[in-house]
Amino acid sequence: MTVFTTTPPRSLDDPGFGEHYLRLVGDGDEYGAVDVVTELLDDGVPPQRIMTEVIARTQARVGELWAANEWTIAREHAATAISERALAAVAARCSVRPTRGRITIACVDGEWHALPVRILAEMLRLDGWRVDFLGASVPGPHLVTHLHQTGPDAVALSCMIPARLPRAHAAVTACRSAGVPVIAGGRGFGPDGRWAQTLGADAWAADAVQAVARLDRDWPPRMEDPWVSSFLGDDEYTYVVRHRGDLIGTALKRLTEAYPAVHRYDQRQHDATAEDMGHIVDFLAAALYVADDRLFIDFVKWTAAVLQARHVPGEALAVGLRLIREQLRDYPTATDYLDAGLAHLK
Amino acid sequence: MTAQLPAQTAQRNGPVTLAPAPALLRAALDATSEAVVLCTAAHRVLLVNAAAKLLVPRLEPGMDATAGPVPELARAITDGDESFTADYEGRRLRGTRRALDDEHYGWYLHDTMPLERERARTTFLAEAGRRLASSLHQRLCLRTTAELAVSYLADAAVVVMPTVRRHSDWMRLVSGGALEEGTLREHVLGDVPGLVEALGGFPPIPSRWLDASQAPDWLLPEGFGPIGALLVTPLPGNAEPAGALILARRGEHAAFSDEDEMLARIFAARAGAAISAAMLYREQVDTTAVLQADLLPPELPEPDGIELVGSYQAARDALRIGGDFYDVYGPTERSSETVIALGDVCGKGPEAAVLTGKVRQTLRALRLVEAPPDEMLRVLNQALLESGRQHRFVTLVVGSMMRTDHGRVRLTLASGGHPPPLVLRADGTVEEVPASGTLIGVVPQVVIHPATVELAPGELCLLYSDGLTEARGGTTGTEQYGEERLHDALASCHGMPAAAAVERVRQLVSDWVHGGVRDDIAMMAVRAPSRTPLSLRGGGARNTSPFAIDARRGDRRPRAWA
Repeated sequence: MTVFTTTPPRSLDDPGFGEHYLRLVGDGDEYGAVDVVTELLDDGVPPQRIMTEVIARTQARVGELWAANEWTIAREHAATAISERALAAVAARCSVRPTRGRITIACVDGEWHALPVRILAEMLRLDGWRVDFLGASVPGPHLVTHLHQTGPDAVALSCMIPARLPRAHAAVTACRSAGVPVIAGGRGFGPDGRWAQTLGADAWAADAVQAVARLDRDWPPRMEDPWVSSFLGDDEYTYVVRHRGDLIGTALKRLTEAYPAVHRYDQRQHDATAEDMGHIVDFLAAALYVADDRLFIDFVKWTAAVLQARHVPGEALAVGLRLIREQLRDYPTATDYLDAGLAHLK
Repeated sequence: MTAQLPAQTAQRNGPVTLAPAPALLRAALDATSEAVVLCTAAHRVLLVNAAAKLLVPRLEPGMDATAGPVPELARAITDGDESFTADYEGRRLRGTRRALDDEHYGWYLHDTMPLERERARTTFLAEAGRRLASSLHQRLCLRTTAELAVSYLADAAVVVMPTVRRHSDWMRLVSGGALEEGTLREHVLGDVPGLVEALGGFPPIPSRWLDASQAPDWLLPEGFGPIGALLVTPLPGNAEPAGALILARRGEHAAFSDEDEMLARIFAARAGAAISAAMLYREQVDTTAVLQADLLPPELPEPDGIELVGSYQAARDALRIGGDFYDVYGPTERSSETVIALGDVCGKGPEAAVLTGKVRQTLRALRLVEAPPDEMLRVLNQALLESGRQHRFVTLVVGSMMRTDHGRVRLTLASGGHPPPLVLRADGTVEEVPASGTLIGVVPQVVIHPATVELAPGELCLLYSDGLTEARGGTTGTEQYGEERLHDALASCHGMPAAAAVERVRQLVSDWVHGGVRDDIAMMAVRAPSRTPLSLRGGGARNTSPFAIDARRGDRRPRAWA
């Protein structure tokens, strides 16, 4: 437990409040964090404000601290678990009778950032929606079965990592084919939600507050035939996805040839290297899928920043990009995207 | 028009060009379905053929074409335009002008209304088919029915469901309004002309026989105004009606033509099929839900001073029930211990699920007689052997746990042929619990060696099913996740609460298989809550590899921060 020499700041508007709460969460102090949010509730702070300005904002900081190598993954995960407990504590004290329709909330298959959608679920509950929260990484077939069984008025689908966009697209199309309009959310759909539209989503929201506002007016939207936008990608996308294993395998083999040090990698390091190559291929495939090199460039920039925080030279990533590029000479768009990524590493 | 005479006539009289008699020309023009209006260059109407007369009856030969009965045509003539369109007395006229000779020109007219109407009908039915086929949820089907009806057939639509226990659910939509729904008592249904008949499965009554003024006030919202025409159509279902569709049009002269009624019936047949399919599906789902209720993972209790977390991930193609299971049995009157079990029944699908249910029920009963874990396994083995299904077996771990001094947790674990549980120690090392035993349900005499582990605060014990270690993925897509990777994954959870640790292992395996898991994965974690969260402090492990690679997860190394 953290020991304070002075009275900890209590009001949401106190300058030190954010840091104080972040410290509690980062120390894994569940009781301390829950106490803070329940005291705010007692002071009459609206639960929505606590969810967005305390819990969501702190979680964003947690992500930044991890990216900047200030916090370990373990600490990040522990902090997220504490945030979930704090959110549950706030939610447990605010019950609202459903007055609006029913909504299903889920993360795309392979997407594990559940806290932002959990916050959205609670915000919508407070707004009078009847919410079915399916949680992290929901396989498409499970989602569709749920829709047929509950017949909601909307699906809120979250995707934080653009590499999951092809899977997100399958889910969006399946939901809309089942007659349920989709509101997309999360950074994965692009900085301004640009890829949400490409994928045929009926709406997009940057955060929980926006999503609540968007669902408040003229919903459900008029839905066009979902199969109009049901196929994206081209032969290059197909090639990259179908040869994912070969691309990674060959890249690893050539890496070992070029850098003898790799020979001495144990299984763990070998797996990690393969996983990194996997990321390059997956983001490249997703960029080809939505036909937008910005997706790939953003990935390269972000990865470079994360590596820099860990004192890894940018050359490491460049080597990976070139190893994949060598194998895709016959694919002009993929090569262009990889070149664009390499250009941003200089 | 000129014509060559037949050959023999030409031979007799020599080649001549003959003009046919005007009456013959006239008859030929009247016989064609093309509407033709001949005019002189001075815009006087010379001839109106029969088809043109049908489209524009007041158009007469001798008339000044610039002052004819169709203003759009007259204007086109005045302006020298080559074409015009006009809505004229219920028709959509489209005309093109063709010069015939220096002195004459002709207008060729069409009514495009029938074609447009046919196209709209086809589009409507195609959209209806697509949208009605999309959902298996009854309320969505009803809503879609109302929305489609209002989009094309009427100003208001009410869908009334068959009476169940003297009540009928309804859903209503008025053009430009919001969807409303509610319930009607059976005795008021007779107020709506034709509704009882439609719900009774009788043939639809033509709209012209239904007195719209007889419709009760409650049928439509107040602002709708007087109903001009009413049409009540049965929604045909599976040998009995799936409901009735009431359509209303506004205004004094509103009517449903025979064509409208036919279209409404075709639409109602599609809507009825969709609604009754949804009804069937709901019955199936309700039945399955009842059967599933006991098979789904339980809500876990929160025993005092122990963190307990379970996770069950059904294989992609399963109904969220399968061969893996976990369960928790709380303290009894005489024993303060909490008992946990996690296992894997051989096989998949409903058959495995049924055996799972039996195993869980047997364990629950054994818990009540306070048998220790190894004894529970022996009795379970006997019970399964005596139940006769020889080829079914189960592997499982049963553990009893209790808090001891200083926030520690003591676990006694017995394994029946199951992968040994793992313990994550406070120093970040991972060890296997040395509990072993034969699988359950195969041989009469089982050998069980239970083991006891003590968890210090912050230490965690993970029970898991082999779906986790056997998950196939990696670069090739066929490599098993394996115990070594699982050990590493668990080590990377050092310092995390149990919930975060289980979630992380799930995530790492999901990343490994790169898509949905193909086998069930069950996990259960027991953790002695941490008193000193300080293990989380400090920066991430620094990376020294030149290839990234480990970089983003300093946590990959078990004891990097210890």
